[in-house]
Amino acid sequence: MSAQALPGTPTEDAGSDVFYDLDEHEHPEGYSTMLGFWMYLMSDCLIFAMLFATYGVLGHSYAGGPGPRQLFELPLVALNTAMLLFSSITYGFAMLAMNQNKVGQTQLWLFVTALFGAAFLTIELTEFASLIHEGATPQRSAFLSSFFTLVGTHGLHVTFGLVWLFTLMVQIGRKGLIPANRRRLMCLSLFWHFLDVIWIGVFTFVYLMGMLR
Amino acid sequence: MTTQDGAPAHSQGHDVAHGHDDHHGDGASHGSYGSYLLGFGLSVVLTAIPFWLVMTHALPNQASGYIIMAFAAIQIVVHMILFLHMDTKSEGGWNMMAMVFTIVVLVITMSGSLWVMYNMNTNMMPMSVEAMREMP
Repeated sequence: MSAQALPGTPTEDAGSDVFYDLDEHEHPEGYSTMLGFWMYLMSDCLIFAMLFATYGVLGHSYAGGPGPRQLFELPLVALNTAMLLFSSITYGFAMLAMNQNKVGQTQLWLFVTALFGAAFLTIELTEFASLIHEGATPQRSAFLSSFFTLVGTHGLHVTFGLVWLFTLMVQIGRKGLIPANRRRLMCLSLFWHFLDVIWIGVFTFVYLMGMLR
Repeated sequence: MTTQDGAPAHSQGHDVAHGHDDHHGDGASHGSYGSYLLGFGLSVVLTAIPFWLVMTHALPNQASGYIIMAFAAIQIVVHMILFLHMDTKSEGGWNMMAMVFTIVVLVITMSGSLWVMYNMNTNMMPMSVEAMREMP
């Protein structure tokens, strides 16, 4: 901060001691939304950091039960990873269509994104169901508790992302690509890509590192 | 610094954007087909190699472990730049500041938890699998 902005020295606004937030009221609606949403994502990141730390601490405590080698099916995880990666790039295409004001294309890419997201969730729930069917329930060991908490929290995020995605598709269908909807799409874009970043951590530390034990 | 440099830039932006209400501020950039496809291509390679390493056991386990962790770190950076459009300028640099703070807290949380709990585990009395099975 330079000296001329300090109170008591002459500024453009002579006579006023206020040297901050001079034009706060001039911000258009939603001006700070993107920064605020980024703050939310960072706090969400800390939730996942704690879950990763918990998994790191408890992930070796099998309580005599099954470990990653007996439980995880890597081809299924690879397929899941592909689904999430595809959904990431199709969301990117939706954003590009939005920037070109193409409502139909935006809706189409959003729908494709939703399909990939739903495929991801279906595969994950299938995996959970088969684990539970084999007796590898969250109650079985600390490893499984922390595994289900970490991967389940990610899956829950994807679920809410899907709900949000369909809500926005309805909103766009009704009102078109108005500024508010654009802002919401940009927030969901951050959210969706962020979930893909978290998944990189999940498939690396939980699945791949688990298989290397 | 932000007050001095930021305020004039903001008011200028408002004047330009006033009529059509299509003002995104100095927020994140949007990317292009090229950047998304580049990000996708890099992600496919950076995902496929770790899976291939683990599934084929091409390398010793420890070497594979280091490689897949390095690939994950690279892929996270690729996603951050090409998909989340992170740079030092978006939102006047506050996005980057928030992320740096988060990474500091994240590293302290993760390394601290693992370090402390590893020490507690190694200093505990060992318990056999049989004894564990009989626990309530």
